[in-house]
Amino acid sequence: MGVRVQAEAFDFGAEAAAFGRGLPDVGAIVTFSGIVREDGGTLSEMVIEHYPGMTERALGAIRDEAMARFGLADALVIHRFGPMRPGDQIMMVATAARHRADAFAAAEFLMDYLKSRAPFWKKETRPEGASWVAAKDADEAALGRW
Amino acid sequence: MISGGDGPVTTIEVLYFAWLRERIGAGRERIATDAADVRALIAQLRAMDDRHAAAFADVAAVRVALDQDLADLDAPLAGVREVAFFPPMTGG
Repeated sequence: MGVRVQAEAFDFGAEAAAFGRGLPDVGAIVTFSGIVREDGGTLSEMVIEHYPGMTERALGAIRDEAMARFGLADALVIHRFGPMRPGDQIMMVATAARHRADAFAAAEFLMDYLKSRAPFWKKETRPEGASWVAAKDADEAALGRW
Repeated sequence: MISGGDGPVTTIEVLYFAWLRERIGAGRERIATDAADVRALIAQLRAMDDRHAAAFADVAAVRVALDQDLADLDAPLAGVREVAFFPPMTGG
């Protein structure tokens, strides 16, 4: 199903249903969706900037690696950019494999890599102003387990 | 032009994202350079004006992509057409 980078919202349920349809010899599908947190009501808006062209390339390479490493039947990555509000879905991944261990692991692999190896940057607006989200050391460290 | 290296002078497209874009006040610009590697290009950019100096004040906080592939600061610029500077990525 590939990768999609888009400003528009997506329908998680419809995407998940379409992803699972017609896949031969698949015993497990894992889906994950990332959502804008309201952080106790302090966050009013999140804007995601990206690098058109490189984003698609980077996500495609990460997906290809997941497909090969976990022997997936299919994988889908959808990631939005632009302004979003608390409760909005930012992104989703879906993975399909013969067994659940590979499907779960592949979903975690995709998330770990697209957090710190895909060119997205988040800017949050709070009462005190807007600021860029700093990358966490833990996100970089998470790549070490793969 | 401030010399950053001994390579031939070429014009490259330089892109900025997130707070680098904001500090510089532009998302892209064309730069004539003879920089041999990314560090030399950064040295040239820092010397251009206060905005560029502010954007590159802490080089440890800057990541780079050459022709849309992640690279490190010691990577050579030979044959590169597009250089992008940005902070550590925060996707997901």
